[in-house]
Amino acid sequence: MALKHVNAVVVGAGAGGGVVAKELSEAGLSVVLLERGRWSNFDDHDHDELISQRTTVLGNAFGPDDERHRRVVVSVDGSTRIVLPSEGGYNNNAACVGSGTVSYGAMAWRFMEKDFRMRSEYACPEGSTLDDWPVTYHDLEPFYEKAEWEIGVSGDDSRNPFAPPRRRPQPMPPHPYTLEGRLIEPAARRLGLHPFPIPMLRNTVPYGGRPACIRCRYCVGFACEVNAKCGTHNTVIPRAIATGNCEVRTGCIAAEVLVDEKARARSVRYFDAGDREQIQTADVVVLSGSATETARLLLNSRSRLFPTGAGNRNDWVGRNLQGHAYPGAWGLFEQEVYDDVGPGACIALCDFNHGNPGLRGGGMLANEFIRLPYLFTSQRPPGSPSWGPAHKQFQRKYYRRSLSIKGPVQEMPVFEARVEVDPAVKDHWGIPVVRLSGHRHEEDLVTSRFMASKAEMILKEAGAAQTWTSVPGSVLSGGQHQAGTCRMGNDPKSSVTNKHGRIHDIDNLFVADGSLNVTNGGFNPVLTIMALGYWVSNYINTEWKGTMFRS
Amino acid sequence: MLKKKLPRRQFLKGAAVAGCASLLPACGKLPGRWRFFTEAEAAVVSAVCEQIIPADQDAGAISAGVPNFIDKQLTGPYKRHQGVYRTGLAGVQETSRAMFGSGFETLNWDNQTSVLRALESDKAEGQAWESQSSRAFFQLIRDHTMQGFYGSPRHGGNRDYVSYRMLGLDYPQVIGQNRYKKSQSRKA
Repeated sequence: MALKHVNAVVVGAGAGGGVVAKELSEAGLSVVLLERGRWSNFDDHDHDELISQRTTVLGNAFGPDDERHRRVVVSVDGSTRIVLPSEGGYNNNAACVGSGTVSYGAMAWRFMEKDFRMRSEYACPEGSTLDDWPVTYHDLEPFYEKAEWEIGVSGDDSRNPFAPPRRRPQPMPPHPYTLEGRLIEPAARRLGLHPFPIPMLRNTVPYGGRPACIRCRYCVGFACEVNAKCGTHNTVIPRAIATGNCEVRTGCIAAEVLVDEKARARSVRYFDAGDREQIQTADVVVLSGSATETARLLLNSRSRLFPTGAGNRNDWVGRNLQGHAYPGAWGLFEQEVYDDVGPGACIALCDFNHGNPGLRGGGMLANEFIRLPYLFTSQRPPGSPSWGPAHKQFQRKYYRRSLSIKGPVQEMPVFEARVEVDPAVKDHWGIPVVRLSGHRHEEDLVTSRFMASKAEMILKEAGAAQTWTSVPGSVLSGGQHQAGTCRMGNDPKSSVTNKHGRIHDIDNLFVADGSLNVTNGGFNPVLTIMALGYWVSNYINTEWKGTMFRS
Repeated sequence: MLKKKLPRRQFLKGAAVAGCASLLPACGKLPGRWRFFTEAEAAVVSAVCEQIIPADQDAGAISAGVPNFIDKQLTGPYKRHQGVYRTGLAGVQETSRAMFGSGFETLNWDNQTSVLRALESDKAEGQAWESQSSRAFFQLIRDHTMQGFYGSPRHGGNRDYVSYRMLGLDYPQVIGQNRYKKSQSRKA
């Protein structure tokens, strides 16, 4: 039996799609929200380090599963290999209602004004597709605010002199500093830097009907035991459902968007939780599957008008895949610097996001989340024994006497860093899988070394007896901060969507996730993805004409 | 209608034979403690794990149940590593015999360390290492040992939370006033 036609189908219940589902259903549209994963539950994996979002050695706590999903990764030498979701090269985010917002560390950054006009600020380096966004920070500011208040952010931007202008403060105060924060703060000040508490999508006081954080040891990588972490799964998606206009269908994997002869998206073909093929027709289709899966879905949506995939007339879909290089430094101390107070990360500085001599951009630096015991076994100074009595002794002595400062480097987009669909390999449902290839721009490594040296400088000033840096290589970026594959832009020849996230040439097909990001900021991108969800929804709702969507 | 209905007498005979058959292994040896490893392999695995995380003032890998953790995972999430372990453990014995003329679990501590160093540096002798890298195998068992020792106790390792206690981490974590008092009383 054919499914009932709806006004909008949203693919992906993560940071972007959850917001879109809520906004459209509150505006009175009938909405189906398709999610390939399920509702997650803290009790499924509780505080199990080996099945968490950070350490997936015994499986992915929040999906997808290794049995039905796979990707192909192309190495620099051209050889290919199949990777499973629990393996590093997969560049997984998550597959559950709320997606990464269930288990994230929840840093709630607004990008800075300059992050939206990187090309104008710095000029494009050779080998990059660096460009300005077609929107400014000021266009998005009201939508950042909406995300902060509707989903919930704790922080105090008045303590960050580099923060972009805002109309309203964040709704909740920040957590007080942990022992690490109290150590870093005066050291950074002595160096003339400007540390402040990290803004977080985490309740520090009761908010939105949920309690305050109890400051446990386990945060990033885990669902919150007391529901104090603010994701789309416990804020906007329940609100969407409460309107009575939104149906969340879990366990549903989208195969393609069907585009007709008039270049309109008609429906989404998907497989439901029982592997049955379904066609959901809709007036508007919004894709929020993440930079890898949204690109895959568009590339798999082939029609007579778009033989290489919907929106891919100029071969830009899947291009410019970015994430973040994460350079940083470690310091060992004589005294204990660990107080077992979560989430661990508490203090940051934006002194190095811009204005670094000879560099294009930079990034935020922050102390790291609590590293759990297994993860800590690989955190060693170069040349240290990786096993045996000395390794164990190091673990015992320094687990509570070490700290790390690191941060995300704003990467230079590379056209060849890309998502394609593999010509041969298919998933459990017979859908061609993601094929990843390319590498980081060499400038990212220069910026990374610079950022690592600054992190090390702070640790030394804080009294570390021994320090060392860690700088990532040039491997393809993506991971949980994946972005950029359906770039928004004013010129259809060098972008995939217009400034409202609408696919060029297809009036009723939208993207609302990190794929839109022209550049990815020197920050964790989730609040920007949420803001884009509101931004795209606002346009759809404004342009909505009864039962039809017209541009 | 059942055409080949089993006559009662024949069924009883069969059941008796089956019953004996199922008892037979138990007659030969004690019911195995191990799911994947043979007893001989388990002895080698245990010795390797203990080298990786030796007992000192705190428990080592064996008393933390790490070999049990690895054995358990090899029939679950680590099924894909079964072949690597079977070949690798045979390789450890080959290398051990080539270097010291005896099985790994019988060597003294320092000789065991030497064997593992040979594996780690990919300079180990043995036919097994023609089909797979000794270094890769060593890194695999090292990672698994770390996981079993430092990971969550629910998977069969980290028995009695030994590694958490070694690091001064209460488990389950106690949240509240008592925690702050305790952390204040810890000597820096």
